[in-house]
Amino acid sequence: MKIAVCLRRVPDTTAKIVIAGSGTVIDETGVKFVPNPYDEYAIEAALSLKEKAGGGETVVVALGGDAVQETMRTALAMGIDRGVHLHGTPSPDGLENARVLAEHLRGAGYDVMLFGKFAVDDCGQQTGAMVAELLELPCATAVTKLDIAAGRATVEREVEGGIEQAACALPAVFTCDKGLNNPRLPSLKGIMAAKKKPLEVTPVAPGAGSVTVAALALPPERAAGRIVGEGAAAVPALMQLLTTEAKVI
Amino acid sequence: MAGSAEYTGVDFYDVDGLLSEEERAVRDTVRSWVDEQLMPVIGECYIEGRFPRQLIPGMAELGLFGANLPEEYGCAGLNNVAYGLIMQELERGDSGIRSFASVQGALVMYPIFTFGSDEQKKHWLPRLAAGTDIGCFGLTEPDFGSNPGGMITTARETADGWLLNGVKMWITNGSQATVAIIWAKTGDINDVNSIRGFIVPASTPGYTGKDQKGKLSLRASDTSEIHLQDVHLPKNAILPKSGGIKSPLMCLTQARYGIAWGAVGAAMACYDEARRYAISRIMFGKPIGQTQIQQQRLADMLTEVTKAQLLVLQLGRLKDQGKATPARVSLAKRNNVSAACDIAREARRLLGANGILVEYHSMRHLANLESVYTYEGTHDMHSLILGQEITGLGAF
Ligand SMILES: Cc1cc2nc3c(=O)[nH]c(=O)nc-3n(C[C@H](O)[C@H](O)[C@H](O)COP(=O)(O)OP(=O)(O)OC[C@H]3O[C@@H](n4cnc5c(N)ncnc54)[C@H](O)[C@@H]3O)c2cc1C
Repeated sequence: MKIAVCLRRVPDTTAKIVIAGSGTVIDETGVKFVPNPYDEYAIEAALSLKEKAGGGETVVVALGGDAVQETMRTALAMGIDRGVHLHGTPSPDGLENARVLAEHLRGAGYDVMLFGKFAVDDCGQQTGAMVAELLELPCATAVTKLDIAAGRATVEREVEGGIEQAACALPAVFTCDKGLNNPRLPSLKGIMAAKKKPLEVTPVAPGAGSVTVAALALPPERAAGRIVGEGAAAVPALMQLLTTEAKVI
Repeated sequence: MAGSAEYTGVDFYDVDGLLSEEERAVRDTVRSWVDEQLMPVIGECYIEGRFPRQLIPGMAELGLFGANLPEEYGCAGLNNVAYGLIMQELERGDSGIRSFASVQGALVMYPIFTFGSDEQKKHWLPRLAAGTDIGCFGLTEPDFGSNPGGMITTARETADGWLLNGVKMWITNGSQATVAIIWAKTGDINDVNSIRGFIVPASTPGYTGKDQKGKLSLRASDTSEIHLQDVHLPKNAILPKSGGIKSPLMCLTQARYGIAWGAVGAAMACYDEARRYAISRIMFGKPIGQTQIQQQRLADMLTEVTKAQLLVLQLGRLKDQGKATPARVSLAKRNNVSAACDIAREARRLLGANGILVEYHSMRHLANLESVYTYEGTHDMHSLILGQEITGLGAF
């Protein structure tokens, strides 16, 4: 079984975001970047699928500039076998990035192609599904369970009020949601081994597409919280404020 | 709530920029492990006076034991800076957990690696790296602490091996260890050159480990007394390349190196807690962090944390070049542990009454650091080591 994990580099969710002078991108100085948290579920899924199958190959595929290689090495440190770095500047138009990824994935013999359900920075939530469409392959988004047996996948997805079960033939594309698994930490030996794993660099040029970022703005600052008391004694005051001040009850 | 906000470290001087990608990755892995596995249980373990044994397999799986020893023995083969960062992050959680890793790596695996035979290395190192064996280091005795050369534990050669007798005290991991490195005199009781190291399986008849009760510090660590009563060992139990008091001191230099890093972790945890508290605690209608007294406290803490970080980083680079002399290690252990004690105490005070609760971390660190201040050479002994280095005159 050959499994691809498409990985995105995003700012750490705890990082303090500053908007750059241009007003359309964030200022990356001093910001720590990490693998997109949903992509970590995809990495873990790839590793455990391979472990369960007792063999196969796992490949991390990432589109981006030089810096994305450090993020890829996190995946390699966790245990992914090798990397394909599609070297180029991602487009603000998700479709253009999906085209580049699909171009690489097409004909490369992958049985399973995994994505995060969305990237926590721009929350586009489209790349995985677009890639599937471009490759004319089945796709299940936001899966919380993924089993592979005899060339078929069965998945579970959390839908309004319940769980949806679905099945499809391979090859197929899946985007991964929280709850799918518990991503492992890279071991120290894994970190040392990551440097030595193959990482192939292919130059790509995503098209400009039809989307541009007009402006970025930080969310309004939240006012400081207030502690009205502790335990049962605080309930009346809290009720009073929720009705008269916050007007939510 | 205490400790609910995610810990992101302290880095005022872009020390991160001086680290390699792997060094940062190692640090981040251990930090995440501490967040996920240690922080949820440490308060309870501390109160109950219990080492969290259930974490040993996970620590081994990550490769935390003897991480700077070579891969051929099942270790991670990291450089000394990455090793130091592991200690920093473990001690950010708790000094007792860092102590466990220090003992296993620097005081048990290191002497076997350095003074052991090929057979001893092949047998013990992979088992210790995997955490299937737990080690302890028996040097200190009831009447010989700062002056271990005075020890009265003896190893007498017999027809088919060795006979050990004596008492060791204050031994970290002593009760849970499956194997001990015991230092004993093979010759005259006044002859420090006759001190040799022995690998003693805890199952050997005559060997007993007994928990020391009543500790108000390092409560999440096992500290024990070890009795050796007519302990018979085979000939090959001796560490063949050990010789004289210098051998255990070489081990201590390794452990002290890690402690100098560990203290930075505890200090970072306390500073971080104090900073968050200062911003959120309202008194007299404004955050206490908006008062000059608390700002000075925080400024002092951040200054000392930053100095300590730079000190150990350069020490680590020197160690990788083989230039971390014992005196250089002494300077870092002495400075950083003392600074961490001060920072923990000031953080505890800044937190007011909450500062005495186990839900917050500063007082636990403060109490722990008092042990760290004393073990591995007291602060005073490191003053004397540096004093001798400076003047050429021993004042012990
Ligand atoms: C929690 C804990 C864990 C430990 N783990 C281990 C372990 O795993 N293995 C091990 O072998 N040991 C261990 N130790 C022992 C530790 O290394 C000793 O406690 C330490 O070396 C100090 O010895 P002592 O307690 O006998 O103090 P002493 O040597 O009696 O010192 C008492 C005081 O006198 C001062 N002093 C001593 N000599 C002089 C001098 N010449 N000039 C001026 N002042 C002096 C000291 O600085 C100190 O303030 C541990 C200790 C603790 C507390």
